Amino acid sequence: MSDPMLLLSGVTREHRQGDSVVHALRGVDLAVHAGELVAVMGPSGSGKSTLLHVAGGLDTPTAGAVLVEGRDLAQLSAAQVAAVRRRSIGYVFQDLNLLPSLTALENVSLPLELDGSRGGLARRAARDALEEVGVGHLAGRFPDDMSGGQQQRVAIARALVGPRRLLLADEPTGALDSATGEEVLRVLRARCEAGAAGVLVTHEARHAAWADRVVFLRDGVVVDQSGPVAGADSLLATGGGV
Amino acid sequence: MHTPYMSIRHGLLALLERGPSHGYQLRAEFDAATGATWPLNVGQVYTTLDRLERDGLVAQDGEPDADGRIAYRLTDAGHAEVSGWFASPVSAKSAPRDELAIKLALAVTTPGVDVLSVVQTQRTGTMATLQEFTRLKMRAGDGDDLAWSLVLDSLVFRAEAEIRWLDHCEARVARASAGRPQNTVAHAPASDRAARR
Repeated sequence: MSDPMLLLSGVTREHRQGDSVVHALRGVDLAVHAGELVAVMGPSGSGKSTLLHVAGGLDTPTAGAVLVEGRDLAQLSAAQVAAVRRRSIGYVFQDLNLLPSLTALENVSLPLELDGSRGGLARRAARDALEEVGVGHLAGRFPDDMSGGQQQRVAIARALVGPRRLLLADEPTGALDSATGEEVLRVLRARCEAGAAGVLVTHEARHAAWADRVVFLRDGVVVDQSGPVAGADSLLATGGGV
Repeated sequence: MHTPYMSIRHGLLALLERGPSHGYQLRAEFDAATGATWPLNVGQVYTTLDRLERDGLVAQDGEPDADGRIAYRLTDAGHAEVSGWFASPVSAKSAPRDELAIKLALAVTTPGVDVLSVVQTQRTGTMATLQEFTRLKMRAGDGDDLAWSLVLDSLVFRAEAEIRWLDHCEARVARASAGRPQNTVAHAPASDRAARR
């Protein structure tokens, strides 16, 4: 198999609170390859949000290494880490994903333009990304004129626009009803099968089940993993994502 | 006949993990552990003990007492069977959901069983099942066959409910063990999962 898109190796993250040390993550190993969606499940306080922040270069591990597309973030300058975040990594949160004063197209093209792409190229890539998540017809809409599910599709398009291939999602369906949430997960899953790598943090088993693998986090430690299930290939008509 | 027998069988073996016992006593302990949600008659207990003896999982412990009652103890194979039962998830397809409730009720009352490991093993097993159902949904597509898709949803929500119940059990067990430093939920001798924690 090729190099993972994201590799966490022995990642520990400690927070100091007065005299005591809180271990948010303890020796976490995780590899996520292109074409793969991995869910991280755990109760609140288990460290799953810290894991996502560390994976995205928003937080720095106390020990261990984080590699994005083979590049060790600890070996990069702050400016280089920022460039990796712009070019390789996209985020989808529960809400407040989109800038309300920009259209869907402008929201999606913004990261490319911030990275120096010319306007025309950025808009073309943004239009492609919107088409890929099934909301190409909403390119000119403002976020307030879209449903929650449509906004999350636009957020997924922005997370994977242009060269970005690593999508980090924190409870992306938390604010949606179950049927709409499922449509968003279907889109997320399809984008991963088309070649992206996804990490989905959730406390909902039903959402985690859309992933190829489910990692269970407890008190900052990976206690177990589920899947790929032996024999499940026979249930799959397509081999995508496996 | 197959599935209830499997649960009684493992229920009795788990009770014998506490020490030798005879049929009447086992029946009372089984009812006490499971809140009498699934009462056994003593005939079922002795039939099951006979089969367990035939299978080499229990053996008679000494001579019959003054009332003619025979006590049974676990053999080495019986001990292994109990460990294996607690270490493996209940299959949603082949067993009644009651077996899981009974397993957890016995896990919290059987010495030396790491209840949190039992819970996690089941959660992983149920999650694998939930992933299978979700893959079937993916293949079914979005709204092509509504009836089939709703049937799959019922399986998905049932599996999800089981996982939520397991989360709840875990929180309750953790709270109970925080209140009592010395209790039965500490460590499992036969669990490699415990070693990974």
